[in-house]
Amino acid sequence: MASGYSAKEEDGHHSGALGPAGGAAVRSRKPDNTAFKQQRLPAWQPILTAGTVLPAFFIIGLLFIPIGIGLYVTSNNIRELQIDYTGTESSSPCFACSQNYSWNMTTPCVCSVSFSLDQPFESNVFMYYGLSNFYQNHRRYVKSRDDSQLNGNLNSLKEPSKECEPYRTNDGKPIAPCGAIANSLFNDTLALYYNDPNGTETQIQLVKRGIAWWTDKHVKFRNPVGDDSNLTAIFQGTAKPVNWQKPVYELDSDPENNGFINEDLIVWMRTAALPTFRKLYRIIEKNSSTSPTLPRGNYTLKITYNYPVRSFEGRKRMILSTISWMGGKNPFLGIAYITVGSICFFLGVVLLIIHHKYGSRSSSADLTH
Amino acid sequence: MCTKRSGWVRLLYYRYLYPCTGEENWVDSRTVYIGHREPPPGTEAYIPQRFPDNRIVSSKYTFWNFVPKNLFEQFRRIANFYFLIIFLVQLIIDTPTSPITSGLPLFFVITVTAIKQGYEDWLRHKADNAVNQCPVHIIQHGKVVRKQSHKLRVGDIVLVKEDETFPCDLILLSTSRDDGTCFVTTASLDGESSHKTYYAVQDTKSFNTEQELDTLRATIECEQPQPDLYKFVGRINIYQERDEPIARPLGSENVLLRGATLKNTEYVYAVAIYTGMETKMALNYQSKSQKRSAVEKSMNAFLIVYLCILLSKALINTVLKYVWQANPNRDEPWYNEKTESERQRHLIRAFTDFLAFMVLFNYIIPVSMYVTVEMQKFLGSYFITWDEEMFDDEIGEGALVNTSDLNEELGQVEYIFTDKTGTLTENNMEFIECCVDGHVYVPHAICNGQILPGALGIDMIDSSPGPDGKEHEELFFRALCLCHTVQVKEEETVDGIKRGIHQGKGTSFYISSSPDEVALVEGMKRLGFTYLRLKDNHMEILNREDEIERFELLEVLNFDSVRRRMSVIVRSGTGELYLFCKGADSSIFPRVISGKVEQVRARVEHNAVEGLRTLCVAYKLLTFEEYQDICQLLETAKLALQERDKKLAEAYDAIERDFILLGATAVEDRLQDKAADTIESLHKAGMKVWVLTGDKMETAAATCYASKLFRRSTQILELTTKRTEEQNLHDVLFDLSRTVLRQHGSLTRDTFSGLSNEFQDYGLIIDGATLTAVMKPDQDGSTGNYKEIFLEICRNCSAVLCCRMAPLQKAQIVKLIKFSKEHPITLAIGDGANDVSMILEAHVGIGIMGKEGRQAARNSDYAIPKFKHLKKMLLVHGHYYYIRIAELVQYFFYKNVCFIFPQFLYQFFCGFSQQPLYDTAYLTLYNISFTSLPILLYSLIEQHINMDILKRDPSLYRDIAKNSLLRWRIFIYWTFLGVFDAVVFFFGAYFLFDNTTFTSNGQMFGNWTFGTLVFTVLVFTVTLKLALDTHYWTWINHFVIWGSLLFYVVFSLLWGGIIWPFLNYQRMYYVFMQMLSSGPAWLCIILLITVSLLPDVVKKVMCRALWPTTTERIQTKRKCLNVEQSTIFMLSQTSSSISF
Repeated sequence: MASGYSAKEEDGHHSGALGPAGGAAVRSRKPDNTAFKQQRLPAWQPILTAGTVLPAFFIIGLLFIPIGIGLYVTSNNIRELQIDYTGTESSSPCFACSQNYSWNMTTPCVCSVSFSLDQPFESNVFMYYGLSNFYQNHRRYVKSRDDSQLNGNLNSLKEPSKECEPYRTNDGKPIAPCGAIANSLFNDTLALYYNDPNGTETQIQLVKRGIAWWTDKHVKFRNPVGDDSNLTAIFQGTAKPVNWQKPVYELDSDPENNGFINEDLIVWMRTAALPTFRKLYRIIEKNSSTSPTLPRGNYTLKITYNYPVRSFEGRKRMILSTISWMGGKNPFLGIAYITVGSICFFLGVVLLIIHHKYGSRSSSADLTH
Repeated sequence: MCTKRSGWVRLLYYRYLYPCTGEENWVDSRTVYIGHREPPPGTEAYIPQRFPDNRIVSSKYTFWNFVPKNLFEQFRRIANFYFLIIFLVQLIIDTPTSPITSGLPLFFVITVTAIKQGYEDWLRHKADNAVNQCPVHIIQHGKVVRKQSHKLRVGDIVLVKEDETFPCDLILLSTSRDDGTCFVTTASLDGESSHKTYYAVQDTKSFNTEQELDTLRATIECEQPQPDLYKFVGRINIYQERDEPIARPLGSENVLLRGATLKNTEYVYAVAIYTGMETKMALNYQSKSQKRSAVEKSMNAFLIVYLCILLSKALINTVLKYVWQANPNRDEPWYNEKTESERQRHLIRAFTDFLAFMVLFNYIIPVSMYVTVEMQKFLGSYFITWDEEMFDDEIGEGALVNTSDLNEELGQVEYIFTDKTGTLTENNMEFIECCVDGHVYVPHAICNGQILPGALGIDMIDSSPGPDGKEHEELFFRALCLCHTVQVKEEETVDGIKRGIHQGKGTSFYISSSPDEVALVEGMKRLGFTYLRLKDNHMEILNREDEIERFELLEVLNFDSVRRRMSVIVRSGTGELYLFCKGADSSIFPRVISGKVEQVRARVEHNAVEGLRTLCVAYKLLTFEEYQDICQLLETAKLALQERDKKLAEAYDAIERDFILLGATAVEDRLQDKAADTIESLHKAGMKVWVLTGDKMETAAATCYASKLFRRSTQILELTTKRTEEQNLHDVLFDLSRTVLRQHGSLTRDTFSGLSNEFQDYGLIIDGATLTAVMKPDQDGSTGNYKEIFLEICRNCSAVLCCRMAPLQKAQIVKLIKFSKEHPITLAIGDGANDVSMILEAHVGIGIMGKEGRQAARNSDYAIPKFKHLKKMLLVHGHYYYIRIAELVQYFFYKNVCFIFPQFLYQFFCGFSQQPLYDTAYLTLYNISFTSLPILLYSLIEQHINMDILKRDPSLYRDIAKNSLLRWRIFIYWTFLGVFDAVVFFFGAYFLFDNTTFTSNGQMFGNWTFGTLVFTVLVFTVTLKLALDTHYWTWINHFVIWGSLLFYVVFSLLWGGIIWPFLNYQRMYYVFMQMLSSGPAWLCIILLITVSLLPDVVKKVMCRALWPTTTERIQTKRKCLNVEQSTIFMLSQTSSSISF
């Protein structure tokens, strides 16, 4: 590069009559004797030798193994139950519903699945629905939304983003909420009944608040605010997403959970990372300190079967899970920690041997050298 | 008198020598009408020629063309062009990442470069304006007119006063001095600060007032401008009242170059011949051909590999995408329908998909690598200029970096070609002795050029010469006093070569471009003959009897390196004509017809073995007729417009013959400070040092012994003319190669038997003539054979001395080695103009700021004040630069593999839909801010070993020889490490996300959290990997490494903490905070970082323990010593505390 030359010029050496390469006639520039310029800054000079790394390996081993065991035990203590209600097998109770499905069905197809809990679920129980082979992370799908519309922007409400195509308008009216994600909102309704040994069937209270991120619900998603406080009026002139049965302002009777701030919608709008995923559906709160949230016994899951997955060979599951500080049941972290800890420990031992056998040899050889 | 001869004779000669043939070549010359005055009618048609004005334009751009031209220049670089293409693809087709991701970095790079170049150009504009507007004095119609410099035109007569700089290339017409000479320093052109004498043409020197000049009618015919500063061929035709114009030759001694400064002369009048961009100075600023370093070549090779990886990745994904999409329910499930336009299925769709994948993975080619490498080289080179140890107080200068492109090449040098005089030696000559007819004279009391009072005595070692000898002796001394081009300078403030001579009337100095001459003239002074001055073409000598002798100087046949001799023709006071010649023995002896040749030759050889520089002196008496012929011959040659040099050489050859030998001189050139130590270190560092010199074999060999290039134990192999005269070349070569190879065989046997005693090392001496024979292409095509054998011999010699080399031969040797089959990295170092060719030829050219001018330093890549500085330059700076840039290159590829490979893996889980894993901001900023500064800093200040150790233990240099840190093996290791880390990041996050929650409130995370988790692990791992590789932790390292991690965290918090109004998506909103609020995410990050770093740490520790390199041994040893020292210190402390 010519930059080498030009650098000299910038040093203020412009032997006027000379022009560009006048830098050659630089006289007597004794360099400063600063530590930085002489590359002699004081420095810590660590070297990775067997000796120095050894303790680190042992420490990692000693730290990781207990953490791993802790994680593993925690994970094992978590109760989890999964029920696949897709209904592709003819024996399955939802077989009929899954077979004769059409979007514009007037009467909802309901099926119920019975199951029993061998052990009670003690603390709060979280109810998830799970989908498999559903590509929420497909690029075309991920970008098919309008965040400013969901944030309550009135302009975007009337004029949704281009990204929403082909779910942007319907019959000339803008769709609210637009886009493929919103359009494919999971619309099965799950209800859980406890079958008392005495034969009565009691519905279990499912809480639908607190399933979405607090920031999403309160900041990122907002209903548009108009002259009228009535949501219906504000959404006037928009169309409901094609696959929805109800418009967005009728998602829930509770005004705090209606419109764009409906938590089911918010949960769905957070696209999953992988094609097999679960999403939080409801929370079963622990009522009393004495009885378990879900006692041992028989239960019935009643499903209003709306959501078709057969076309893309998907599966639908309902999951009941308790939660610890580390979340749901996942033995991965525990096992990984134990494995890595053990490997480090083992490597530590190997290095110790090497250090004793070779470390002394090489250093003595050096000293004679 | 030659000069008084009438012009028409010369013209006749001219016409005779150049019949019509000359005419066609006239296109190459220009005619300048002095003062724009037409010559008298009838002589030649006045053809007004158009020449550029005197405007200097060193700037590249104007205000208007800056943007397009600069952009064009920048996009000519392949990397920028690549990113431009990517950017355009992003703009045109629907791609996964927004155009910002590649547009912003590109814009950044382009803008920064443009600003830098714009600023530089602005400075150039300013400098140009200052130059172009500075006033000059022009003679118009007999009056002095002030004009701005850029309005000067060819043919204008210019008045230049003392200490002014010449505004363009001028032909000297007349000066304030009567003899028509002026003194000029060309310090700013070639760095030579000595005053050079320039001559006005004899016929114009009397025109030294404005009015007189107005009457001058003359034209100048000269060649078209060419960049060689020391060559000029021209002719001036002066029209007088008579019909026939007078033609005079013009040579470089008549040309005042732009940029040079007038000294010691009140004023000069001169006529402009080359102006503006056609001046020799401007022509010399054209950039030299670029050299590329070995590292850059490997870098480009790696880049091609990565380009292939990128293409194959994109191709694999495209194919898989179409395989996967074959099922329409996957291609377009009900929940994710395509738009109408997307449904149009063309072949072009597949191609756009391929391009989209390219765009998604394009970050694997690190855009910022080029920027970082350039910044590293540019900033890093300052450490060379800043180095105090490479600063020389004597000349007040430190090292200079002319190109920063080759910094790392300094760490890769395998062959060093060094000049002898001025490079290995001081070029600070001292007269030691002289020998006249076999009698030796030694001036005593030599005190480095200062003579002690009463030290005019002479020691005569041999018996006193007889009366005949006495006469010869005095003639010899006079010859040396007369046969030179030394000037006397009566001032103290002269840079360059200073020698004081006390003459009662003040201090004066001898100045010459050749230090030998100064030494000789001074030596003569000590022997009783003092050269006083040149006045009115008469040289004055103060002889032993304090009488002034005057000799009229008639002709000077200047020294050149081909003839290796110079002559003067003088007329003594008594009217005798002498031709004195001094030169190298080889060029004098064949031309001698009488004199005591044997005795002198014996003495010369004796002195040469001692390492002294010898010159022989001879003379002949000329009759007037002979002199006339000589004059004619010279005039003819000097008048020639074409091939003047060749004709001059022929003339000189004809004149300088039939000498009578007078004697010989011996001058000592001391070795430079620490030259031997430096050479020894370079040897230990595994470099082969070749000395290329024009000196004779014996002198050069003596220097080689003194500088420890040859040791006493070295077996010398000779490949010289002397030997090839006895045997033929073929046999000699085979003999030598057999000798060398036998040693080679025994060496391997020795290593088998475990006897690793010192094996015989060989030194080769070859001379120029033999080298030509070796290199000469043979008729039967067996030349390659000779060359190969020669190279084979050279490879096995630890040192090679090439003597009697012409400048071009030096370059030939360098070329020969450079293109031999191992392609070693060569370095050439020299100080003189004769070394320029090899400096330009070698991979790295180093110039020494020597006494023989600045050409070498100007043409070099690096310039250092002294030879000893080469040691630090190579062993410390070169070593550092190499390891720094090697790590930089490898690390850049590594961190981009880590970056992009997870994205590749993610495609398998998102239906090959080109969904990016990371957010746009992360994609954009990863290379420009999150991971850029630590590696830049590392590549600037890393020191794996202390510089003192590097200097003390040169063998460490062998550890990095042959580009060892950028071998394919290591490159593949880094790439696999990158792939491994990427797999760890991706699948670690995958299993953590696997169908479960990891928050304590049961809420789920989405794909952006997944990407952010991977990205966080990525940034930390990549930065910590560099931290593990850093061996030199200054506070800056701490600041930058921890600072950039902190910056990442702060940025992420900010980026996710606000609903950014200008963005049309808010996908990162609170993603980072939510992730950090989850315990398992933290645990996972820590785990993944540990796992990613583990293999590299284990590999490093294992390699260090089991197969340590020398470097690693030294590091460990130093560590042990440190520990020991600190323990001892602690012990002493405790003991002292106890004793108290």
